[in-house]
Amino acid sequence: MLRTQPTKASMTFINYASREINCKIVYYGPGLCGKTTNLQHIYDSTAAQSKGKLISLATETDRTLFFDFMPLELGTVRGFKTRFHLYTVPGQVFYEASRKLILKGVDGVVFVADSQEERMDANIESLYDLEENLRSYGYELTKLPYVLQLNKRDLPNVVPPADLTAELQRKGEPVVEAIASNGVGVFDTLKAVAKQVLTELRKS
Amino acid sequence: MANSPILIREQRYHQIKALLARLRLDASARLVVLVDKDGQQIAVHGELGELDTTSLASLAAGNVAATGGMAKLIGEREFPTLSHEGERESIHISVIGRVLLLVVFDDRSSLGLVKLRSKQVSQELAQAFAEVERDSQASSADGSLPFGEITDEEIDSLFSQP
Repeated sequence: MLRTQPTKASMTFINYASREINCKIVYYGPGLCGKTTNLQHIYDSTAAQSKGKLISLATETDRTLFFDFMPLELGTVRGFKTRFHLYTVPGQVFYEASRKLILKGVDGVVFVADSQEERMDANIESLYDLEENLRSYGYELTKLPYVLQLNKRDLPNVVPPADLTAELQRKGEPVVEAIASNGVGVFDTLKAVAKQVLTELRKS
Repeated sequence: MANSPILIREQRYHQIKALLARLRLDASARLVVLVDKDGQQIAVHGELGELDTTSLASLAAGNVAATGGMAKLIGEREFPTLSHEGERESIHISVIGRVLLLVVFDDRSSLGLVKLRSKQVSQELAQAFAEVERDSQASSADGSLPFGEITDEEIDSLFSQP
């Protein structure tokens, strides 16, 4: 099969007139792993002047239907405001088509894994789905800024971090243990991916 | 290819803004926004008020992506225009290559007029954006990006701010 040459996905926007850099980060992972909870925590703990609205396209039962979105301003580098556009995808398997659309033009990805034993298969399936969807755009996960978050560490039936890492880590990416529902690890995750995105700009 | 950031120089930005301003006037529109297909707002002109154009840009891109997905399912390449008519305010979106031209209008204008004027300006916008892409490629190739020399300390400093 003929495949397009994999490229690095950087679609960062640099605007000299408004002195802004805009980057897109996508939170990916299986249904109910806590992607929206990550965004909600970032939203709740950020000063009003640094953030825009948190848009949630969700079902009546608060499951993500299409995506959540929030713009976040981190600060200034070399006179340019750095703005990160944070997106989540819908995790449920049957939203495959929508999930793929959100990945277009992504600069960095966070994979939110659900640490519970019974969700291991769902994590693996979702990670394969991520790699496949990236490839369809000509991106390679191994070349993208990427962080693995092990979420829900507070629950009783969780897989040890070393086992989860052995199963889910793809390229030596940073692994962050988290309890997104009370904010543990949420900013560490964001920081880890944002740093890689900015470091990527140096290389491009 | 496709591995360089999109870089908008001031001159190009003002050229794009001027095209948007003209369209807004010709179409008697409230607001005109140019958005990248991935959801980044490129430029905006018109009555902004309290309107959150960042969210508008992101949702417009999502909207076009979703209808584009539907188009493919029924054997079309894409739907080149979308319009949503409300009681007072309406939105028209045209897909121009990799950018979207979004026009917000009310009863001072009409869908027909907005469609016509959007179409008339689309070629110039496509050309302007093609120039943006050329600039971006060139700047990446000759290493003149502003962040080529960015240091780890500078990146870290972003995260040490409270």
